[in-house]
Amino acid sequence: MLFRLAWATLARHRSRTLLAILGVAVSAAMLLDMVMLSSGMRESFRHLLLVRGFQLRLSPKGTLPFDTDATIADASGVIRILGGIPEIDAVSPVLGGQLHVARGATTVTAAAIGGDAAVQGDYEITEGREPVAPNELVASDDFIRAAGVRVGDTLSAAAGYDAQFRTFSGARRLALVGRAHFLYTANEQRVVALPLATLQAMQGRASHDRVSFFMVRAREGASVDSVLGRIERAVPRVSVISTEVALRQVDERLSYFRQLAFILGSVSLGVGFLLVTTLVTVSVNERLGEIVVMRAIGVARGRVVLQIVLEGTAIMLVGALAGLGLGMLTARYLNSILASFPGLPAAIDFFLFQPRDAWAALGMLVIAGILAGIYPSWRGASMPIAVTLREEAVG
Amino acid sequence: MSETPVVETRDVRRDYHMGEEIVHAVRGVSLEIARGDSVAIVGPSGCGKSTLLNLVGGIDRPTAGMVIVDGDRVDAMRDATATRFRLLRIGFVFQRFYLMPALSAAENVELPMAEAGMSGRKRAARARELLAYVGLAERRSHRPAQLSGGEQQRVAIARALANAPRILLADEPTGELDAKTGAEMIELLARVNRDGTTLVVVTHDEALARAARRVVHMRDGLVVDDHRQVGV
Repeated sequence: MLFRLAWATLARHRSRTLLAILGVAVSAAMLLDMVMLSSGMRESFRHLLLVRGFQLRLSPKGTLPFDTDATIADASGVIRILGGIPEIDAVSPVLGGQLHVARGATTVTAAAIGGDAAVQGDYEITEGREPVAPNELVASDDFIRAAGVRVGDTLSAAAGYDAQFRTFSGARRLALVGRAHFLYTANEQRVVALPLATLQAMQGRASHDRVSFFMVRAREGASVDSVLGRIERAVPRVSVISTEVALRQVDERLSYFRQLAFILGSVSLGVGFLLVTTLVTVSVNERLGEIVVMRAIGVARGRVVLQIVLEGTAIMLVGALAGLGLGMLTARYLNSILASFPGLPAAIDFFLFQPRDAWAALGMLVIAGILAGIYPSWRGASMPIAVTLREEAVG
Repeated sequence: MSETPVVETRDVRRDYHMGEEIVHAVRGVSLEIARGDSVAIVGPSGCGKSTLLNLVGGIDRPTAGMVIVDGDRVDAMRDATATRFRLLRIGFVFQRFYLMPALSAAENVELPMAEAGMSGRKRAARARELLAYVGLAERRSHRPAQLSGGEQQRVAIARALANAPRILLADEPTGELDAKTGAEMIELLARVNRDGTTLVVVTHDEALARAARRVVHMRDGLVVDDHRQVGV
């Protein structure tokens, strides 16, 4: 009967109930988005870093991968040393640079990645095949579109450009053998990948046997920390960071995002709490006569409170569920805007839906709603019956 | 009619604080009401008659004195006990009906039964029976807003009788009704009393007072006259 009364009361004030549900839905959507934002980037980074199974990155001492132009010398020597560590499953060398491709009177410039096609962890082929021969490369959609080329075309490319003399250096004829989706590059960034030795040769003596960093995959079952320690001892001239360390650094760099998300999430929770408190308070004041009559005819105080709290809970539940949908929609929209954030991989999701976090946030909102309803309903149910009835009769 | 008093008040007093002033609403009333009797408490506004009714019904507590209903000290009951007492042993009818506007007539009558723990089927059957008793069998699905004042008061009486209380307390039950509907209400309350429920009404309505076997006059918080009516 209490459920029936709660439902009938909500249905009786349709407009108010609907507006309250909308208010809670907006609050829930914002809370959900903030929860998704606070953990989304981190988890998205983790997924991205581990997507190809490489748990360790080796960069020039004191730097992070692609953080500076510094390179690691004697790359083949490092590969040899790493090959001697039995817990290591694969080593993927990566050299960064640029590639200028002449197209008629114009030049299309792209970021270039030199690597070993057999163990590379930077891209996935979407059309064609890996660049295995010295004169082959694969490119991103954006590069192919900008250069107006197709898979199978041969391109005139150079690794260096002297702006003073307007001359190219390290020129080669390269065959485009594939189209690739690059995992770590920014949205709409033009990228190509070619064999490491080819890029090293095109960059000239400065890049001879040098790489920007290595990615290392430990064997299944091997302790990543133990492998990290062995590498640090074997190759002291490199910095070794694990995915966990990288994530900690990401955390530090993105701490303001989390603070923002925490503050806005708390505000959303507060707004939801105040919304329900206000709604229940107004509802209780409006129905004081009904409430004290329920008490007068013998309905227990706790049951009156329960009936009113049920109304608030129903609004919170429906609002929270509506907020879930609304939050997902707004997150998708905001993600599409933030995907073009400069310098961040396009694959990063700012708002990552994680069911456990989402349900925790929405559960928190519902609990806040229940708590918000308890005080005003208890106050209403505790009014002195005779006095309130007399005042209601006079009023 | 049994001679055992079902209601007994002993030197009951009730004071209210209104700002710094103390209002002595009831100044020491001692009264006995026999089981099955019908009593009208009359008097000018503010004389303490509604307060006395509230004290008997356990929705207010006396400042001093004792209220005994059916052998139990109502004035000494804890809140939960008093609530249960009101649910099972007292029926209340108010001047303004005070039905739950969101519920149908039948659901309003079912509300106290649900609180008492009666099963859905039983209470639906009893609500049907009670609404038929008050002449509203065909209006059971209507909401209060779809009923006239007289019909709402009939539903309120059916609700008051839901858990078969020994005593029905009515505070100005005809106060919001026109003369014709008021007369119908008086007849209905008389029938409730004839069927065994002790009836105590507070009223300004002379017709309602005339229908009671006993009339208690109050003034300034005191009983100033108490007499039985011949021929009722």
